[in-house]
Amino acid sequence: MDFQTFVFYFLSAILVFAALRVITARNPVHAALHLILAFFTCGGIWALLQAEFLAIAIILVYVGAVMVLFLFVVMMLDINLDRIRQGFWNYLPLGAVLGLLMVMEMGLVLGNKALQIPASTVVTPPGVSNVKEIGKMMFTDFVYPFELASIVLLVGMIAAIALTWRGRKKSKYVNPNQQVFVKAKDRLRVLQMPVEKD
Amino acid sequence: MFDNFVVPNLQPAAPEIFLVVMASAILLIDLFIKDSRRTVTFALSVLTLLGCAVIQFLTWTPDITYTFSNMFVDDQMADVLKLFLYLAVVMVLFYSRAYVVDRSEMNKGEYYVLTLFATLGMMVMISANNFVTVYIGIELLSLSLYAMVAMNRASLAASEAAMKYFVLGALASGLLLYGMSMIYGATGSLEITAIAEVLRNGGANGNLLIFGLIFLIAGMAFKLGVVPFHMWIPDVYHGAPTSVTLLIGSAPKLAAFAIVMRLLVSGLFPLAAEWQNMLIIMAVLSMAIGNLAAIAQTNIKRMLAYSAISHMGFMLLGIVSGVVGSVDPVTGDIIRDARFALNAYSSAMFYVVSYVLMSLGTFGMILLMSRSGFEADTLDDFKGLNQRSPWFAAIMMMLMFSMAGIPFFIGFFAKFTVLMAVIAAGYIWFAIVAVLFSLIGAFYYLRVVKLMYFDAPQDETPIAADADMRLLISANGIAVALFGLFPQVIMTLCAFSLLRSLTP
Repeated sequence: MDFQTFVFYFLSAILVFAALRVITARNPVHAALHLILAFFTCGGIWALLQAEFLAIAIILVYVGAVMVLFLFVVMMLDINLDRIRQGFWNYLPLGAVLGLLMVMEMGLVLGNKALQIPASTVVTPPGVSNVKEIGKMMFTDFVYPFELASIVLLVGMIAAIALTWRGRKKSKYVNPNQQVFVKAKDRLRVLQMPVEKD
Repeated sequence: MFDNFVVPNLQPAAPEIFLVVMASAILLIDLFIKDSRRTVTFALSVLTLLGCAVIQFLTWTPDITYTFSNMFVDDQMADVLKLFLYLAVVMVLFYSRAYVVDRSEMNKGEYYVLTLFATLGMMVMISANNFVTVYIGIELLSLSLYAMVAMNRASLAASEAAMKYFVLGALASGLLLYGMSMIYGATGSLEITAIAEVLRNGGANGNLLIFGLIFLIAGMAFKLGVVPFHMWIPDVYHGAPTSVTLLIGSAPKLAAFAIVMRLLVSGLFPLAAEWQNMLIIMAVLSMAIGNLAAIAQTNIKRMLAYSAISHMGFMLLGIVSGVVGSVDPVTGDIIRDARFALNAYSSAMFYVVSYVLMSLGTFGMILLMSRSGFEADTLDDFKGLNQRSPWFAAIMMMLMFSMAGIPFFIGFFAKFTVLMAVIAAGYIWFAIVAVLFSLIGAFYYLRVVKLMYFDAPQDETPIAADADMRLLISANGIAVALFGLFPQVIMTLCAFSLLRSLTP
C-alpha cells in the first residue's frame, strides 16, 4: 500500500466515523462539531483527487460559513434532541439492517472484479491551474447553468423573506388629529345608577 | 484565454430571458403597489406569460437549434410544450386570483414572482440538453413550489406538507444527482446528445451505467410521482393551499414529460431494454395503487392526488410502448424495434396535455367553490351542486367523465391513443390491466357526479365568482368536450412536433 492509498483509507475511516457520530451523538453541539470534521475530511479526500478548488471551497463555505452559523443556531435554540429523536433508537435496528443490506447489494454489483473501473490515467501537466480551468469553464461552457444557479439563489432569498416577514411592526403612534377632535363623551361615560339603600 | 469560445446565440432562449427580466421587474414594482388586490402585479404576470408566448411564436424555427454550448435545445417539442405551459400557468393565475386575494397570508407579490420563477424552471427543464441544466431546472421549480406550499403560515397542514415535500424532494434530488454522476462516470459526458452518441458506439462501462440508470429513474419517478415513489403526492396535494395544488398538479406534468423524453429517449435510448422493464412495473403499480386508494378518500384534493398517480402511470405506459422487443428468428438475439416509437411518444404527449387540461379544470372547480374562510375540498361540499348551479355542475360532470375516460371527452381519446400504442407494441396484457384499472377508477369519478346530481346540498350559498373566472372555467370545461370531438387538433400537433424533434 503506497502512501496515497494509506491517506485515503485513513481519511475515509475518519469520515465514516464522523458521519456516524453526526446522527448518533446525543448532544446537538457534538453532532454539529462532528459534521465539521466530516466536511474537513471530505475536503482532504478531494485534495487527494487533485480537486483543490473543491477542497478549498468546502472548507471555506461549509466549515467556515455554513457550519459556524449552524453552531450558533444550535447553541442559541437549546434544542432537546432526545425529544426529537424519540423513535430513533427504536427504528435503529431495522434501519441498520436495511441499510447494511443495501450497502451489501451495491457492493456486490460494484465490487465485481470483472467490472472494475480502471483508475484514471490522466496526468495534469505542470503549470495548469485547476481553479483557473474551472473559472474558464464556468464563464464559457457552463455560463447558462451558472446564471440559472444565481436565479435559484434569488428564489431562495425571496422564499425566505416571503416566509418570515410579517409586515411592519405596529408602533404605538398617536394621531394628533384624533387627539384634537376628541370629545368628552368619547373619554368619559356617565352612568345612572340607583342609590343603594341599606 | 477564451480563443475557442463562441458567444452563445441568445435567440432560442429569448422567452426565458424575457421571463427572468420581467419576473425581477415585477418583484421590484410590487414593492410600490398599495392596492390590496394587487391587480397590477397580477396583470403584469399574465402579460409576461403572454409576452413569452408571443416571443416563442416570433422566434420559431423549423429545425433543432442548440445554444449555450449545447446546454440548451430548442426543438418543436420544446416549442409546443412551452406554449401549453404558458397557457396552463395563465389559467392557474386566473383561477387562483380570488382565492389568493381572500387569504391575506398568500396575497403577496412573492406569490406571483415565485409562480413566474417556477415557470422558468419548467421552461429550463423542457429545453434541457445537459444533466446540469435538467437538475438546475428541477431545483428552480421545486424551490419555488416548496415556498409556495408553505406560504399559508397559519395552516398547520400546509407547513407539514411543505416540510414533507422539501425533505422528500431533497432526497429525490440526491438520488437523481447520484444517478447522473454515475452515468457521467460511465460515458464521460454530461451532454444528453453526446451520451447517446457514446452509448451508440458502445464505449461505456455497462455496469456503472445500469447502476446510474436505476438511481436516475428513481429520482425521476419521485418527481413524476409514480409508485413506489408516490408517498409525497397525497400529503402535498392535500395540505397545500388549493391554488398551489392547482399549480403543482398541472403545469409541472408537462415539464416532467419533457425530462423523461430528454433523459430516457434522447439520451439513454440504447438502454431502452433496461429502463423499459422498470417503467412497466412502475406504470402498472401506479395505476393499481392510485386507482384503488382514491376510492377510499373523502377529501377531493386527496382523491385527485391518487388520480394523478394513476394518470402518470398511464402516461408512462405510452412511453414504455415506444420500443418493441422481438426475437430474431435466425440469431435468437432480441432486437429492439423502434417503428412505433413516434406513435407511442406522441400518444404519451397527448395524454399529458389532456391530463393538464382536465386537472386545471377540476382544481379550478374546487377554487371556484371555495370562498373566504371556506375550503370546498371535501367530497361532501360537492353534494347537490346541481341545485346550486346547474351550469357548473355540468362542467364538473364533463371534467369527471373526461378523467374517467368516458367517450366522447378528451380523456377518452387520451386513454384510447395510449392503449392503441400499447397494443401496437404487442403488450396486450398491459392494455387489459390498464382498462381494468380505468374501470375501477371510473367509480370514484362517477361518485362525484352522483353527489352533485342526486344528493341534497349541505349549504345553499350561491356560488360567487368573478366574471373572468366563470368564463375561463366554462371555456375549460367546453374545451374538454370540444377537443373530445376533435382530438385530431392536439394529436396532430403532438405527433408533428415529436416527428420534427426526435432524431433517430
